[in-house]
Amino acid sequence: MSNHPPSLSNGNSHAPDRRTRDARPQDTRGVPLQAQAKRHRTPAVEVQALSFSVNAKQLLDRVDLRAESGQFVGLIGPNGAGKTTLLRSISNVLSYDDGSVRLLGEDLAKLPARQVAEILALVPQIAPYTQGFTAFELVLMGRYPHMGRFQVEGKEDDAIAERAMRLTETQSFATRTLETLSGGERQRVFLARAIAQQPRVLLLDEPTSNLDVLHQLKILKLVRDLVDEGLTAVAAIHDLNMAARFCDRLVLLAGGEVRTEGAPGDVLTAETIETVFGVEAAVYREPATGALAISLIAPAKAAAVEAPVRRETTASRSGEQAVAARSEATSGIR
Amino acid sequence: MLYASVSGLRGFRQMRVSARLTIGAAILLALVLVVALVSLSLGPVDIPTSHVAWIILSSIGFDVPEFARTEQLVIDQIRLPRIVVGASVGMALGVAGATMQGLFRNPMADPGIIGVSAGGALGAVIAIATGTAALFVLALPVFAFLGAMAAAFLVYGIAAVGGRFSMATLLLAGVAINAFLGAIVSAIIIVLPDNEALREILFWLAGGLDSRSWEHVRIATPLIVASTVLLLLMSRDLNLLMLGDDEARSMGVRVGATRITLLAAAALATGAAVAVSGTIAFVGLVIPHILRLVLGPDNRVLIPLSALAGAVFVILADTVARTIIEPAELRVGILTAFVGAPFFILLLIKNKRQVYSL
Repeated sequence: MSNHPPSLSNGNSHAPDRRTRDARPQDTRGVPLQAQAKRHRTPAVEVQALSFSVNAKQLLDRVDLRAESGQFVGLIGPNGAGKTTLLRSISNVLSYDDGSVRLLGEDLAKLPARQVAEILALVPQIAPYTQGFTAFELVLMGRYPHMGRFQVEGKEDDAIAERAMRLTETQSFATRTLETLSGGERQRVFLARAIAQQPRVLLLDEPTSNLDVLHQLKILKLVRDLVDEGLTAVAAIHDLNMAARFCDRLVLLAGGEVRTEGAPGDVLTAETIETVFGVEAAVYREPATGALAISLIAPAKAAAVEAPVRRETTASRSGEQAVAARSEATSGIR
Repeated sequence: MLYASVSGLRGFRQMRVSARLTIGAAILLALVLVVALVSLSLGPVDIPTSHVAWIILSSIGFDVPEFARTEQLVIDQIRLPRIVVGASVGMALGVAGATMQGLFRNPMADPGIIGVSAGGALGAVIAIATGTAALFVLALPVFAFLGAMAAAFLVYGIAAVGGRFSMATLLLAGVAINAFLGAIVSAIIIVLPDNEALREILFWLAGGLDSRSWEHVRIATPLIVASTVLLLLMSRDLNLLMLGDDEARSMGVRVGATRITLLAAAALATGAAVAVSGTIAFVGLVIPHILRLVLGPDNRVLIPLSALAGAVFVILADTVARTIIEPAELRVGILTAFVGAPFFILLLIKNKRQVYSL
């Protein structure tokens, strides 16, 4: 996407602890114990026993999530699993009932909203109605959390925004209003804004849902490059192949609970995919690249599938749909 | 054609915020001065603009040639306070309109949307009907202001009932309260035996700036200036609120507190304006709307320039209203609606596809 490795903070960046795809952060073999302890002292995002419910429906049930600094964590799981709710909780958009969220070691509940926006940026799943702002104006909004109340954007902010647009290949429609762009173009503009925000932690809610295959690859590669530069990313991703390919760790959510987590190869097994997603799948190594590949074969036979909401084994089909509908309703985006 | 000139200014749109603001403010400030100067010279007693300039310069300590004492009185005591009240009212309606359109994420919102105008009207009608207005000059504006604030609180209270604030409820409660207060005003007008009071009420409802004094300036202008400054300081947060509560929250805006402050400041400005001028139609809707077409939706540009453009529009409309059928006077509220409504309809038709894809 760009000739230079992208860096969020224009050079004065966090230590360029450049990891390769083969030596992932969780792969700590050979790292001295002391260094391991240091790395684990303050994870970029640490969610503990997070619970959230709406109208007595448990959307998140004691969820734990940990993203070390410089890790790309993928959230996977079926519709209504709680991925969006979890991302919204971490980004201060909704206030959870119970548990805690720590950003760079600080308690989210105690951080001023403005400071949260300096640390963290969220790319929403569905871009909101944008009121006639141009793409460039929207990306410049990413600079707001860094500006004093009496300040307006300066040359430097323009440069940061332009760079974010170059990285996301959105500069060609910089002067167009967002209403005139396609869904995928809008999604990339919102990613550009998040990049212009120069966060330490980037949250993405299905960042590739509206993108063509080329841009899916480019955008996830971009996030991967930013992560290799020191950014921490947590992304809800539906495409299991993309998740396996780009993420360091995967967290599998279902029914508001964490089912399993770990390296993509450990999480994405044929058994897990069958029980959680209800899909018969083949998992293998792609001969050409050696990458983990998941081939979805057919809906699994009913017997093998767990009820998506375990605590409500008696719930009817419509009951489950109600849960999903409510989680969408509370997302407020639709 | 007026519309052509609006769309011809589209190049403005791509300039950076500070440039749009500086150029726009320079043009509009110059317009305010020109319009005010012309307005000061026109009227039953024609005063040459050179005399107007001398009178103003002398009042700030300059040595100037002789001019007629009566001319100075007309300007100091009649025309200048009227223009200052008009400018304040235009400013209030402009900024409140821009704010409401942003808060409601809807270009159709106007300052009266949360019941302020209807509440002000009821307050004024009560002051006139009970005869209080005849006893004290300031009773009418004070009653109108209290009525406006009470209505705004009522509407806000309904929207916030049960601890969950909703903009949709706010809008609907505003519509209901407007209808309810309007019914009370109509009832009072019908049962009122006093014809003189009746005439006065109808006059007030049409919105006017006749015989406004420095007293009116002292009541309204400080409130309006203070609310405008507050709205200006929050205009960047309003940009984010326009994209939705979730967006604003994730970008670091304290949504609840910000929205209450914006609503309160807009209600205060509108209430103060209604108190001294009655209900002047269309300024709060049309002015921010036209500016948005030329300058884009950024509230940091829109709010300050709506203040200036509102002032120009109201001074201009009032000048025309008081000179066009001399020696009689048309009401400024009639003129703003008379000019504003057709122009607005023209804009609606021309921009149907771009702006109103809701």
